Amino acid sequence: MKRIARENLTALFRQISAQQDLILPVKNGNQVNFSAWTEDAAVDLDTLKTVKSPKDAFFPQSENLYTCLKENGKLKIEPEALRDRPFTVFGMKACDLQGVAVLDRVFLSEPIDTYYAARRDHGTIVALACAEPEESCFCKAFGIDCTNPAADVTVWLTADSLYWQSNTEKGEALTKLAGDLLEDCDSAAVEAQKSATAAIIDQLPYMNISLEGWNGDVLTEKFDSPLWEELYKPCLACGTCTFVCPTCQCYDIKDYDTGANGIQRYRCWDSCMYSDFTMMAHGNNRTSQMQRFRQRFMHKLVYFPANNDGMYSCVGCGRCVDKCPSALNIVKVIKAFANEGGKNE
Amino acid sequence: MPMNEEFRPKIVAFCCNWCSYAGADLAGSSRISYPADVKIIRVPCSCRVNPMFILRAFEKGADGVIICGCHPGDCHYSTGNYYARRRMTLLFSMLDYIGVENGRTRVEWVSAAEGVKFSATMNEFVEKIKSLGENVRLGDLRCRNS
Amino acid sequence: MQELVTRVKELLENGTVSRVLGWKAGDLSYNPEPAFFETAASLDAFVYDGFCGANLSKYLIEAMKKEGKTLVCLKPCDTYSFNQLVKEHRIDRDKTYVIGVGCKGKLNVEKLRESGIKGIQSISGAEADGDCETLTIQTVYGEKTFAYRDAMLERCHVCKGKEHMVYDELIGESKDTADADRFTEVDLIEKMSPEEKFAFFQRELSKCIRCNACRNVCPACSCRKCVFDSNKFDSAQKANADSFEEKMFHIIRAFHVAGRCTDCGECSRVCPQGIPLHLFNRKFIKDINSLYGEYQAGADAESLAPLTDFTFEDAEPSVVAERE
Repeated sequence: MKRIARENLTALFRQISAQQDLILPVKNGNQVNFSAWTEDAAVDLDTLKTVKSPKDAFFPQSENLYTCLKENGKLKIEPEALRDRPFTVFGMKACDLQGVAVLDRVFLSEPIDTYYAARRDHGTIVALACAEPEESCFCKAFGIDCTNPAADVTVWLTADSLYWQSNTEKGEALTKLAGDLLEDCDSAAVEAQKSATAAIIDQLPYMNISLEGWNGDVLTEKFDSPLWEELYKPCLACGTCTFVCPTCQCYDIKDYDTGANGIQRYRCWDSCMYSDFTMMAHGNNRTSQMQRFRQRFMHKLVYFPANNDGMYSCVGCGRCVDKCPSALNIVKVIKAFANEGGKNE
Repeated sequence: MPMNEEFRPKIVAFCCNWCSYAGADLAGSSRISYPADVKIIRVPCSCRVNPMFILRAFEKGADGVIICGCHPGDCHYSTGNYYARRRMTLLFSMLDYIGVENGRTRVEWVSAAEGVKFSATMNEFVEKIKSLGENVRLGDLRCRNS
Repeated sequence: MQELVTRVKELLENGTVSRVLGWKAGDLSYNPEPAFFETAASLDAFVYDGFCGANLSKYLIEAMKKEGKTLVCLKPCDTYSFNQLVKEHRIDRDKTYVIGVGCKGKLNVEKLRESGIKGIQSISGAEADGDCETLTIQTVYGEKTFAYRDAMLERCHVCKGKEHMVYDELIGESKDTADADRFTEVDLIEKMSPEEKFAFFQRELSKCIRCNACRNVCPACSCRKCVFDSNKFDSAQKANADSFEEKMFHIIRAFHVAGRCTDCGECSRVCPQGIPLHLFNRKFIKDINSLYGEYQAGADAESLAPLTDFTFEDAEPSVVAERE
């Protein structure tokens, strides 16, 4: 294990970003989000959760696929270049990391999404252990250990130091890049933090919610439940929950008319909350907000596990809990079903 | 745009069918010239101009947008231009508020008999936009490269 | 709150109303959700406290499709939106029963988070009744206190007053919590140079993630299909593809609600990225007030809105350039 003093972190970031792009949590106004490191960026590693998840690093909200241009009666098509330079995402949390594992299932299985794959190939992830989890966190329910996220490099932040442990080849390369800035040390401080955090986790209200009854085999039973009709009502049909989510992976492909006989084909995140979600030529197969609302939670807790060896596509980061304008969230849904189950018995 | 080339602004002029478009027509038939940089879009009335039209024109690369209608009191539909006047005042004020240079937008009342005024207005507006230069604050970058 | 629950239960049981639109207790101390109650028993979960910031008037549009009267709990500022929706024929006054509920300012849990409070287990002092001026927050990291006033939503600092514009009955005390002028921020921006203005809005709007929460929560945004949702629209309402898209969306949205926006502040409350969206609406309100006379949307349900009205003497658009 290695360490670096907090006051030297800027030097570390400078050293990394001299060689490659560095993406990390930066404060803009009163919000913290992942963005590129610059000399004057207000890096904020202490805020537990960024508003948006860091999934943009691998799966940006909007990205160009190719550009078409008509020139002298001929059509010129230029595909967007794939990522070919290395970059580092610094400060992902254990839940965000599991979010990437969910995205991998989707984008790295056949047919492989080349844009995503190129970013994954060139990206190094430095995951930061959580020291002060919050009341909206429930990663433990999904079996995630937020005190020890296993990425290319795992780091722990204490009052005075950052502890560093590389786990993979990519991690070793980054450690080499950091060079003399890192010094060897023992893991006493890290172990102390792990046990302190574990004690806090036990006191948090959402951490121990039970996912019993949620799996790939309960499709019809859950789908037909009358509860959805009750639960969706406060939903405003905005896309906040899906856009802050580390695992929501639906996207839409659109053409943008750039004028002068040009088209830019791009893809952008879609949200199952929107009325044009999965719109087809014949119209839409989900015609009510109840159906769209149900889609989101069924996808996270039933459809995804059904197709991915039981892996849930919720990671318990709690961003939707924090940000829903109507204070709805997946935990309330899980609890409502648990209560209903009790009533029936 | 290469440095040595003179800046030719793209100007969109929304002209009402009954007065201003006829005014432009009169300018043409009287052989009074106005810059070719002005592209006229005919609308039934100045109040047909939705704020979205104006923003859309800027998005797609316009450097200036001018709206021309009948003089207040002369609207073919009696009151359309009065509504347009309020809307455009508020919209222009909002554009100013978000930092778009004053002067990229303008409203001018031009009657069917005012071919000379039409031409003078357009000449003046084109000069103004030339002095402001290219519109960089309200365009979509994706439209720049094509 | 007990008086409110008792009365609401009574009205539901005696058949005056068929359902109640209020707030249901959340599973944390600060997350009550808007809810329809159809039975007296379900009202056990009814709650009304400092975290019931949501403006319920827009939910009435949905309720209008149902049989019978809907009882709705409205705070003083929500009644403006209610009036506005009645004026626009989106809700039918005869199918509603308005209980004006007391309000002493609503709370924003983000303010607590910004000050570093986390791991919240319980909050006391947020009750709607009483005059508690301090919140006591139990967290897993120890007990914290926070001034009620400092935790209030932005809109409560420019409170429109404690009067309900419309109601069938009133329950609870209200307080005018205004301690700032609502145009101060707008004035500050107006005084900036064009470059500074542009940089300011560019910085704020670059945070926008196109979630459309501001639009969907807005009581004035009640179109059945938004122009930005049209598939004929060139750029998608959800595409965060170029900085122009956000500008276009927010300008057009603010323009569309100009003269109808009651300044209820819901857009700024719900923005997950904390963009001060009210700055757009207030600019229009300020301009309308100074150019066309003082106007407060929703103060009544009859008057003509400034943009559906005119006078022969209105200022010319050139006034914008000349007023410097």
